[in-house]
Amino acid sequence: MKYYRSHVLVCVDPECLNRGAHEIEDALQDELVAQGLIDEVQVLETSRIGACSDGPELMVYPEGVHYVGLSVDDIPYLVEEHFLKGRVVQKFLYTRPKFVDEELSAPTPKEVRVVLRNCGKIDPQNIEDYIAEDGYQALAKVLTEMTPEQVIDEIKRSGLRGRGGAGFPTGRKWELTRAAKGEPKYIICNADEGDPGAFMNRRVLEGDPHSVIEGMIIAAYAIGASQGYIYCRAEYPLAVSTLNIAIQQARNFGLLGKNILGTDFSFDLEVRQGAGAFVCGEETALIASIEGRRGEPRPRPPFPAQSGLWGKPTNINNVETYANVPQIILKGAEWFASMGTEKSKGTKTFALAGDLNHTGLIEVPFGITLREIVYDVGGGIRDGKAFKAIQTGGPMGGCLPASYLDLPVDYESLTAAGSIMGSGGMIVMDEDTCMVDIARFFMEFTQDESCGKCTPCRIGTRRILEILTRICEGKGQDGDIETLEYLCEQIRTNSLCGLGQGAPNPVASTLKHFRDEYEAHIYEKRCPAKVCRALIRYEILPEACTGCTVCARNCPVGAISGERRQPHVIDPDVCIRCGICMQVCNFNAVVIE
Amino acid sequence: MSLATIAKTRIPANDPLADPEKKQIIDEILEKNKDLPGALMVILNELQSRIGYISNPMQQYVADALHIPVSKVHGVVTFYSFFTTTPRGKHTIKFCMGTACYVGGTPQLIEKAKSLLGIEPGQTTPDGNITLELCRCVGACSQAPVVVVDDQIVGRVRPNKFPQILRPLQPQA
Repeated sequence: MKYYRSHVLVCVDPECLNRGAHEIEDALQDELVAQGLIDEVQVLETSRIGACSDGPELMVYPEGVHYVGLSVDDIPYLVEEHFLKGRVVQKFLYTRPKFVDEELSAPTPKEVRVVLRNCGKIDPQNIEDYIAEDGYQALAKVLTEMTPEQVIDEIKRSGLRGRGGAGFPTGRKWELTRAAKGEPKYIICNADEGDPGAFMNRRVLEGDPHSVIEGMIIAAYAIGASQGYIYCRAEYPLAVSTLNIAIQQARNFGLLGKNILGTDFSFDLEVRQGAGAFVCGEETALIASIEGRRGEPRPRPPFPAQSGLWGKPTNINNVETYANVPQIILKGAEWFASMGTEKSKGTKTFALAGDLNHTGLIEVPFGITLREIVYDVGGGIRDGKAFKAIQTGGPMGGCLPASYLDLPVDYESLTAAGSIMGSGGMIVMDEDTCMVDIARFFMEFTQDESCGKCTPCRIGTRRILEILTRICEGKGQDGDIETLEYLCEQIRTNSLCGLGQGAPNPVASTLKHFRDEYEAHIYEKRCPAKVCRALIRYEILPEACTGCTVCARNCPVGAISGERRQPHVIDPDVCIRCGICMQVCNFNAVVIE
Repeated sequence: MSLATIAKTRIPANDPLADPEKKQIIDEILEKNKDLPGALMVILNELQSRIGYISNPMQQYVADALHIPVSKVHGVVTFYSFFTTTPRGKHTIKFCMGTACYVGGTPQLIEKAKSLLGIEPGQTTPDGNITLELCRCVGACSQAPVVVVDDQIVGRVRPNKFPQILRPLQPQA
């Protein structure tokens, strides 16, 4: 391995690429050659560093200097100043804004980074970077010092639970698969992260793929599997290509394939791509999809541990679960169990989104309260508005109101409150969100993604969606709420898989916590949050309107009229209430009545 | 089209199988993958990404190569939303329907696109240039609302910025 005095990480996230990250990288290479520094300074590509909106950006290690807003013409100066003369170039230095609005920024004081520790820090396309951060040491320890039983015991003692959402104890699952009769055994990594608003797994796969691969090899050793699959959704092409590169590099290093690290243990991995079906995140549907069939779930038992891929014992864990494994082996079960609550150990990644000052990826120990996440980590609600609800667990999860802000985040507490942990999407909504509309949105999602195999899910979700749509259109009837409650209960108890059983959750939780909004829609034909189109009217305030004509030009149906420099008016009969005028108005002259 | 008709249909002149260059690609994909366990998904994914769609004659062709009924191929093609049976436009604009984007203004963007292009999501412009699609969360929630233009993610799109997205895609007049 060659040594460099300095490493430059160039961000190649889509946004930075758009702003010319590749050109910057080429210019850097050329300039380093020109100034005779190419043997001392290495240029690498990485995914997001944290300030793509000011990109292209790069990070120089070991100093940790973060430069943004570069153009190709700046490179000769930058190379001369920084790398030749050793002076930091102040004018391109990234200064952290008060709230950093990016996917992954430096951890706030309440965060603990275990799974995300390497993301944005190492070159995901270079296995040596991972090895330099103690990568594959856990694998070496497992293969040379531990029996499979000891590995399983260590994971059991750590208290690690499935991070895909259900929270089944990981060590117990491994033990069951190991004990199951049948050969060969398979390992699957569920990377079909389909919940809208969740992108934790994508970042781990794109930023630190080897942590997942190492976790899978250790699991394979513990269970006695020789073949593994990573099932990744088609919406994540970068994750798929990063994984393929990582797997090839691991093979080249003798970490995958025959006789891993010179031992008797052999194991290999393959990436299989989904094709845009949400239900394939359900384990039996996922297995069907890998087998080349329609991704339809089947009843359990038998569980995959007994009869999974091609009818053989199969262990399925999620990306984040596997990524935790090497750290547990290296630092010990006690270290891991020291974080979190009594029943939920360790940390959890969440994708914070919605009306927050600071959205993005976070990793926090279990037991943290929702309030700490919203206000301390997320920086509070944007534009000084009021908190209304937090949605956890994706489309199978629920919405919790402000009175639940002091709830500790762990599997049991969230379930008891009527939501779920899920895979880790967290969407915070402010006072301008209509909860009936949100319930309808999630129902539309599950309705569309229902595979159609079992009746309660296929037909029940459609009936719920019809009623919710009617309510949002101002045609709600007396008795709708009761019908919804009945349908929710029937679908929850009678559906075949987790998708169907969880589908009513957004409706049930909003009915429980925001019933008054449903009542306002049905009985008063009023949308309190002023969202539902049929129940609102857009108007222009004559005193605020400057007659700039921006709204009239952007109106898709030509409902706005008025002379230049004169107040405009909206014709309510023509208006389709799309809200474009309100978004484009620079003078806040458009209001909803 | 019913399955019986798929089986009987003669290969139309505009089908990828009638184009020697494309047929060679299809044969390569089949040859490379047909012995893999669970080959069908792998093959269909490659066909979709390299040919652009999976026509009815192509489904029959795949079924023959794998020695499985065409009903099975058709069932899988129609189950997954990434597989399409008709050609797409030269460019695709996908609107992210993830929660953060939906709340952040995707519905307004769709309205704007509809008024500019005169087509609904799922349709292609008459000149075969642009297809509008809705897609599931692409995981770029911190940039909501997001549209995916071909394979590029464009974030924080406002309705009045939409014409700027279309301009490079339109044929030069």
